[in-house]
Order: sequence, then structure tokens, then C-alpha cells
Amino acid sequence: MKQTKNHAGFLRRNRHFLYILPWLLGFLLFRAIPMIGSLVCGFTDFHLFRGIRHTGLMNYTQIIQNSEVLRSIGLTVKFACISVPLRLCAAMLAALLLNRAVRGIRTFRTLYYLPSILGGSVAAAVLWKAMFRDGGTVNAILTALHLPAVTWLADAHASLWVIILLRVWEFGAPMLMFLAALQQIPQDLLDAAKLDGAGAVRCFFRIRLPMISAVVFYNLMLGFCAALQEFNAPFVITSGGPRGATTLFSLLLYRSAFTANEMGFACALAWILFLLTAAFSGVFLLLRRKLVYDPDEEGAA
Amino acid sequence: MKRNTKSAILRYFILTIGAFIMIYPLLWLLGATFRENAEIFSSAGILPKHPVTEGWRNAFASYGGQISLLKALRNTYLIAVPKVILTLLSVTLTAYGFARFSFTGKKLLTALLFATLFLPQTVLYVPQFVLFHRLGWIDSAHYLPLIVPAALAGDTVLVVMLMQFFRGIPRTYDEAARLDGCNSLQTLHYILIPLLRPVLISVGVLQLLWTVNDYMGPLLYVKTPARYPLSVYIKLSMDADSGFAWNRVLAICCIAMLPQILVYFIAQRFMTPETGGIKE
Repeated sequence: MKQTKNHAGFLRRNRHFLYILPWLLGFLLFRAIPMIGSLVCGFTDFHLFRGIRHTGLMNYTQIIQNSEVLRSIGLTVKFACISVPLRLCAAMLAALLLNRAVRGIRTFRTLYYLPSILGGSVAAAVLWKAMFRDGGTVNAILTALHLPAVTWLADAHASLWVIILLRVWEFGAPMLMFLAALQQIPQDLLDAAKLDGAGAVRCFFRIRLPMISAVVFYNLMLGFCAALQEFNAPFVITSGGPRGATTLFSLLLYRSAFTANEMGFACALAWILFLLTAAFSGVFLLLRRKLVYDPDEEGAA
Repeated sequence: MKRNTKSAILRYFILTIGAFIMIYPLLWLLGATFRENAEIFSSAGILPKHPVTEGWRNAFASYGGQISLLKALRNTYLIAVPKVILTLLSVTLTAYGFARFSFTGKKLLTALLFATLFLPQTVLYVPQFVLFHRLGWIDSAHYLPLIVPAALAGDTVLVVMLMQFFRGIPRTYDEAARLDGCNSLQTLHYILIPLLRPVLISVGVLQLLWTVNDYMGPLLYVKTPARYPLSVYIKLSMDADSGFAWNRVLAICCIAMLPQILVYFIAQRFMTPETGGIKE
């Protein structure tokens, strides 16, 4: 090639490479090398304060036989499969309601977004714990509505729902993205449909939803990616209990790495989580190719 | 016409109910901080019957040891301020490089950039911890493990977001600047950054909120209690107090939330609406 002939020319052509050099350094140092390191580490019994010995597939065979790990994987997938779609449905409903240029709509948008500012914060999790505890506010409301009270934090099924509800409550980020996408839809398309006698529901499923499907899929993928690594909420609200009912995968990983200091086993767990996330992303990408309408995508993502 | 008013009223009605459900927990929190501990969980109402400031006064009192609420608050911003500034710098340069220039291997690097978007941070905690342990950065006085990765454009979501906005600016602007004698850095500084100001403010605010909310990072890398940021301090106070002094814990939570909400409200008018938080 020409480049090799002319060294100075090669440097000159690539001088703007300098702009991305910091990112590349960070990528190699803090992502690529740790990633490979953890793959290697997963085949050892590396302990932070003892030593390291090659153990082959032992960590992985242990994981497959460990009922605690398997249960945790099941719980994490269940958590993601419930919380992400619910959260996106809430975000979509809110976006549809807010997608109208009427007085005060900005205030409403801010109010709906407010909980999301708190994001994964510990403060929000503590608030949630206070509201759902025995004799707490949520039960007071249920009683006032003549509904039976629930022992939210002590019940194996309800406790997972406490965490799901926290994440559903914080639907602001997808809501804003849906709202922005909805506002991009040409009005004449909707007007034409209305003239043809399509109702609001039909308009949504036939025009709006297909038009913004790219944004929906992007949020589905990011949402699953985040939900599969949920840590703060179960750690603060339930500490993984009762009896392991909310021990999501990150919690298990944290414990084996930083409580038991079994780094080798934890690295193997981390790779399982990585493969799980990759599998979900892969399925979504396949579905995306089938279902998404993309007027001007450059094929970048 | 009549049907329109009817549907408008219905819309406002639903919007109001929705808004109330959304902010009820926050209003309850504010009310609860002014309640006596015995009264906190007695009803679902918002206003306290006999308002007391005990919770707020106790919130500022120390639990003993080297850490207090104000110190934790200061520590949080000792992490957040440098992190936000360095993020803005590195993310802008990276996005500019990817959006505007061609270089050898760009296709591969772009693919890697997008792939890291979906690479769970949790997967990296263990090997990163080992790395930082080797580097002697654990419990660093300058919070190096929390700041350095961000200073090297570690938050890929922000890079990708900014790239989209760079692409939205016509290249003719760059060419005009070049004809006027600007080099590429001057073009960025004088032409593109002023145009991107709203997006850059969004990037800064998002990074600020994520950093303040981050718990796992400080939990792993900050060991000395005097260096704990607020997120760790809240968890500590909850563990110490839950069961009896809830008004104190909730007041601490309230104090933790206020600056974030304030920053968001101030920044909101300068931000682009489409960018509101993508990461958790």
C-alpha cells in the first residue's frame, strides 16, 4: 500500500488520530486488558491474599452445579424481563400523554422526570425501604383502599417486586427519548390516517410505534444491559433477602469477589454475566433487523 | 370543539393523577423528615401532625468517627467536580475525532466504541479492582480509580451521544473555518463547541448525577471513613439507625437529593430535551 512507502505521509494522514488517543488508552487499560485478564483469571483459583493456581474449568463446573448461582441467574433474568418492559410501557404512556403542545406541559414533563434524577442512588433506595417496610406507607395506603397489606420485604415474591417498582418509577430517561422521537413523526402522516378513519389506538400501533421502533429497541437493549447488573437496590433495600429471594447476580458476584475474596470464581461469574448480556443483546439485534423501520440509519449501532 | 375541551380536561386529569403518583414518594419523604419517629409510619399522609426539626438537626450531628454529613457531601463533590470537567474534555475530543476525521483502523475502533456501550460495568469490577490494587490506587486520596477512567472518556454513552450531535452540524462550517485559517483544534474551540453548548451542558449534568448517585465505585475503592462520599455515608447511617431514628436517615436522604434536583432545575433550561439520562 501507499502508506508504507511514505512514512511521513502516513503520520500526516492519521494526525487526527490524536483526538481519540485518550479514549483508546482508556479502552485498552480499563476495559480490554481487564476483560482478557478476567477471562484468564476465571480458569484459576486466584485469591486476593493467597495465591494463584491454574484450575482449568473447575470454576465453571462449580457454577453449573451450584444451585445458589443458578437460582440467582433465574432471578436476574426474571427481574430484567419484568422490570424493563414495564418501565418502557410506563415511559411510553407518559410520553404519549405529554406529546401535546398544551399549557403547562413542561411542568408535567419535569414532574414525571423528577424521580429519575435520583437514578440508582442510595437515597432513593433508602426511601423505598422506608415506604415498603412493615407498617410502612405503602401498606397504609393499601389499608385505606381496603386492600390486604403485604409484608413486602419479608415475602419472597413481593420483595423482588419492591425493586421492580423502584426501577419502573424511574422511567424518565426512556420517556424523554420516546418523546423526542414521537415529535419527529410527520404530522401529515397522522392526519392522513385520521382521515382514513383510524382511531388513536390504531394510529399508535400502525404508525407511531413502528416509526419510533429504533428508539424502542435501543432502550430495550440498554435497559436489559442495566437490569442484568442491578446492584444498588437489592443491596440497600433487601441485602439480597429474604432467604436469597432478591440475590441478583451482581450481588452474588460482589460477595464472592469482595467478601470471600475469591477473585477467580468471581471472574468466572463475571464472564457468565457477560455472556448472558451478550445473548440478550444478540437476540434483540436479530429481532431489530426484522422489526425495526429505519428511514435514515447509517448502520452505526 | 366541545369534544376537544372534553378530551383536554380528561388529559389534564390523567396527567395530574400521574404526576401526583410520581412525586408522592418525594413529598412523603419531605414530610417524614419533619415528623417524630413514632409518627413517621402512622399514616400515608404528607403533612406531619406535630412538626419537629429533630430529624434535620440530628442529620448534621456526627455518628462519631471521622466522617460527618458535611464532610461526606464535600467528598462527593471532590470526586464529582474533577470527574465532570475531565469527562467533558475527553468526551468532546473523542467524539470530535470519531465524527469528523478519518484515520487508519477507524472502522474497527468505531465498532469497539459501540460494543463497549453494551459491555456491563459489573463484568469489569473484579479485574479493574485487581488492576487498581496492583497500581496502589485503592483508597487513593485523590479518588484515582473513580476519576481516571472517566478522564480517558470511559463513559462511552456520552461519547456516542455527543457524536450524534457533531454529525448534526454541517461540515461546511468546518470548511469555512479552515478557509479562514483555523486548524482543527481551533475549529472545535471557536465554531463547534459554542454550537454544542446545550449538549455539553447535558453531558456535564448527566455525569454529575451519575457520579453523585454512584455507590458501587466508592464502596470498592474508598476504604478510609474520612474519605467516604455521601452515597456510602447514607448506607452507613441507614444501617446504624434503621428501626429507631428514621427521621434522621430520611433527612440525610433529603439533603443528598436536594443539590441534584437543584442542579437539574437550573441546568434544564440550557439542556437539549432529547438527552435526559440514558445510563442508570
